[in-house]
Amino acid sequence: MDFIPHTDAQRREMLEAIGAASAEDLFADIPPAMRAGELNLPAGHSEIWVRNHLEHLAAKNATHLTPFVGGGFYDHYVPSAVTAILRRGELYTAYTPYQAEASQGTLQAIYEYQTAICRLTGMEVANASLYDGGTALYEAAMMATRLTGRNKIVLDSGVNPIYRNMLHGYTRNLNVAFREVPTACGPTPRDQVEPFLDEETAAIVLQNPNFFGFIDDLADVVDMAHRVGALAVMSCYPISLGLVKTPGEMGVDIATGEGQSLGLPLSFGGPYLGFMATRKKFIRQMPGRLAGVTHDKEGRRGFVLTLQTREQHIRRQGATSNICTNEALCALAALVYLSLVGKEGLKEVAQLCADKAAYAAQRLDRIDGVSVHRAAPFFNEFVCDLPVYAGEIVSGLIEKGYAGGFPLAQYYPGMEKRLLVAVTEKRTREEIGAFAEALEGLL
Amino acid sequence: MNLIFEKSTPGRRGFRVPPSDVPSRAEIPQALRRTRDAELPEVSELEVVRHFTQLSQRNFSIDTHMYPLGSCTMKYNPRFLEDVAALEGFSRLHPLLPQLRGGGILTQGALQVLYEVAQWLCEITGMAQFSMQPLAGAHGELTGAMLIAAYHRFHGNRKTTVIIPDSAHGTNPASAAIAGYQVVAAPSNERGVLDPAHVKDLVNDQTAALMLTCPNTLGLFNRDIRTLADMVHAVGGLMYYDGANLNAIAGWARPGDLGFDVVQLNLHKTFATPHGGGGPGAGPVGVAEPLVPFLPTSVVVKRADGTYALEYDRKDSIGYVAPFYGNFGVILKAYAYMLALGREGLKRMAETAVLNANYLLARLRPHYKVPFDRRCMHEFVLSAAPQAKKGVKALDIAKGLIDRGIHPPTMYFPGIVPEALMIEPTETESKETLDAFVDAMIEIARLADEDPDALHRAPTTTPVGRLDEVAAARRLDVCFPLPDDAAQA
Amino acid sequence: MHIPDDRLYTMEHEWLKQEGDGPARIGLSAYAAEQLSGVTFIELPKKGQTVKRGQKIANVESVKAVSDVYAPAGGAIVEVNGALEADPSLLDEQHYDAGWICRIDLADAAELDELMDAKAYREYLNTLAG
Repeated sequence: MDFIPHTDAQRREMLEAIGAASAEDLFADIPPAMRAGELNLPAGHSEIWVRNHLEHLAAKNATHLTPFVGGGFYDHYVPSAVTAILRRGELYTAYTPYQAEASQGTLQAIYEYQTAICRLTGMEVANASLYDGGTALYEAAMMATRLTGRNKIVLDSGVNPIYRNMLHGYTRNLNVAFREVPTACGPTPRDQVEPFLDEETAAIVLQNPNFFGFIDDLADVVDMAHRVGALAVMSCYPISLGLVKTPGEMGVDIATGEGQSLGLPLSFGGPYLGFMATRKKFIRQMPGRLAGVTHDKEGRRGFVLTLQTREQHIRRQGATSNICTNEALCALAALVYLSLVGKEGLKEVAQLCADKAAYAAQRLDRIDGVSVHRAAPFFNEFVCDLPVYAGEIVSGLIEKGYAGGFPLAQYYPGMEKRLLVAVTEKRTREEIGAFAEALEGLL
Repeated sequence: MNLIFEKSTPGRRGFRVPPSDVPSRAEIPQALRRTRDAELPEVSELEVVRHFTQLSQRNFSIDTHMYPLGSCTMKYNPRFLEDVAALEGFSRLHPLLPQLRGGGILTQGALQVLYEVAQWLCEITGMAQFSMQPLAGAHGELTGAMLIAAYHRFHGNRKTTVIIPDSAHGTNPASAAIAGYQVVAAPSNERGVLDPAHVKDLVNDQTAALMLTCPNTLGLFNRDIRTLADMVHAVGGLMYYDGANLNAIAGWARPGDLGFDVVQLNLHKTFATPHGGGGPGAGPVGVAEPLVPFLPTSVVVKRADGTYALEYDRKDSIGYVAPFYGNFGVILKAYAYMLALGREGLKRMAETAVLNANYLLARLRPHYKVPFDRRCMHEFVLSAAPQAKKGVKALDIAKGLIDRGIHPPTMYFPGIVPEALMIEPTETESKETLDAFVDAMIEIARLADEDPDALHRAPTTTPVGRLDEVAAARRLDVCFPLPDDAAQA
Repeated sequence: MHIPDDRLYTMEHEWLKQEGDGPARIGLSAYAAEQLSGVTFIELPKKGQTVKRGQKIANVESVKAVSDVYAPAGGAIVEVNGALEADPSLLDEQHYDAGWICRIDLADAAELDELMDAKAYREYLNTLAG
């Protein structure tokens, strides 16, 4: 099955207009020796066959498990109106809005999204999106090296370990040095951070809530960085920003994060949404597209892509980033989500997540041998110590129908008996209770 | 049209968050709380739906208009792709499940999709193995450049430069630079392609790679490609294929057979996944055998028992370029598209894309300047230089097309052609639509002679006329100001 | 196109104007301004910086292009026109007066022999027109 409209007669007519004898003739520029032989691929199928095949594959994935696993990626509710808007062909079959007059819908949506991210993070300017939370953090670190002219990055080990791995990988061929503040299963250890900061530090990279779920007021750590002339970069969980102190309020210079929780399905790791916001004075070093307001000759307000001189299509190898295609439709999902839940709803979703996590923690704490880490307040994810290996408990929970949390030893050697449990607004009291009983039954 | 923020009414709600059903209340200490609410819109669900529906109506899109944007492959995005990506068995799947103990077995369906797409892409490109991780075309380029760096480092060579043609997309030099390379620009010859005679002088022991699109951004296939590859290989360099233009040759020629070692593809172009107004895309990277050990972590493998697993233990890997396995939802759509097309559909896809482009070129040749006048592949570049002499620039032609219900071609790119208009019709446009495009272009060429001002005024049918981009950059307004504190009090 | 006779020009379209015994003033010609068609931003040189002839001293951005500005002659930069940061449009409309970029205390007056006078520059522009 293909999606080609031509009839045989039309093909002949077109070949004639071209002056080509056959379709084969059109490929004359590819010498015969360079042609591919018959490819070893199956024949095409009908839409019905493909649909059946994919339903069959989808059924092989364990989405029946009640999720208590997060790690930066959460099972939040996506209101139907978000999905419905994303299915508007005028939005999802458009290209990057290069022709402003023919793309006012996309451009205005980007401007609104930028505004929503600024209000969420308490920052001054935001870009149109980056690929995901990890690449956003990498871009922020590189931006800090450009802004400071320094090349050392201090990484808090409470930053998502997946992101830390990405940062190391991206910079292997570059002159960037990373220093990791030693791991503590708690909030950022102030006394440990300070010795890492010096006159060569471009930035300290933080996360709030951190990977262990703890929330913190990191304003003092931000100050430490500023005192040595370094910048502070912070990765945030947008739902938590309904309640917790914003990076803006903490004096952070570049805020980033994963926007999946704002209306995007988990979808096995993507497409997701990297957001980035910063101070207005740093805007020329910010990567990614930007929509701005302007007017036409009649004085009507309109939107255009602006400050494009930062970007690859103009500055080529001198660009702030190589990013071109980003995650526009995912940014739109986030905007629609934030518009639907609104100012009050976001607070309520955040509070509900925190309440349910508090309840789950309480239930798990009551189990003999289980204790929840309470070194600092947590948001919707928390660490509990188990009397046995967390990996084994997780395996047991899978048998009982739960994706029961993330075993921390996966990324933090020495934490074999620690489990990271996430709870969203979607979990019910019954589910949480049954989960606690299931876990208790395995001990 | 007002912003969603301007439609806000205090107290109005768009989505009801249910009351809590748990007896606990999380008391977040005041010191850790935000002091001022996020000033998000307060609107009803209908207002949200109407707002974004009205915004959608202010867009051109494939669904509503022909969209011959060169090098962007704006083909029809079949509807059933959206439905398969939305299947709950995929959309609800948590990416950390494979890392839970016993987890690989929990995601067999998803891993099979990743494995089979990679197999398809290997066969189509002649590569040994693919990573599905890169999240967009430029991200694939960066991954490719990192793979090249890892390969050279492994072999003890600190090569420093990447050669890139002057006609290349801006992401190519930007990606190479971000991976730590110096960029050497190679000029195109009078036939519009790289000339071995010129490239010879640029290739030396510092050459890490030659990075190319083939066919290039002029829509031209370089017959000397193997000579170029031999030249680069002779100094220990690698050949990088930017697959942005694979739609021209899929099923007809394979980059691997042409001498390329690293290939990145744009699933949101060749494989019909929608562009979303600027993403999400997917930019998988394939490599020849010698580069396989360096591919990103993790890699999907098929075990002897027919099950699929993720391989994490790869000591020479460049590590993670994405948090997980790539833009899975996009990859899924491409998979469904491949299955529908099959071997013969793929070939017919490229053949028709080339047919449509050559048909447009043949019909437009009498009316516009064709700077490299030879048979093209899936796209071609016209120059509006003759029209510009009469005061009608490529920009004016583009805006004139908008008023005729057609999205403009790519303008002013590649930069080596003055007043460039780069046209890629794709295989999914009918002859009738192509003819309507030609008619519009001919009418515009006539207006350039007779009434240039009619084009200078364009577009007049859109919600706004030409916008002042200089003012936008000078008086930067990229965030709607907060209602001021006084008004709030 | 207005090419004032009271100054010297480079092939990169900078002008240099000698002002008595004081430092020379540097700016962009009408041709450069027309090519840029709407300057949106300028990255100015640093005051006190010593530059060689032909060295990059500033960076001018328009909507779709970035251009470098080169020193027409070597010396110490003794003054920069901060007004351009607030209002880059001075480079469009007043590039010969209020839109000047910086003043250089010339190191070697002999370097001026390498520059074109207005007549030579006009002829040079004619060669570009084709």
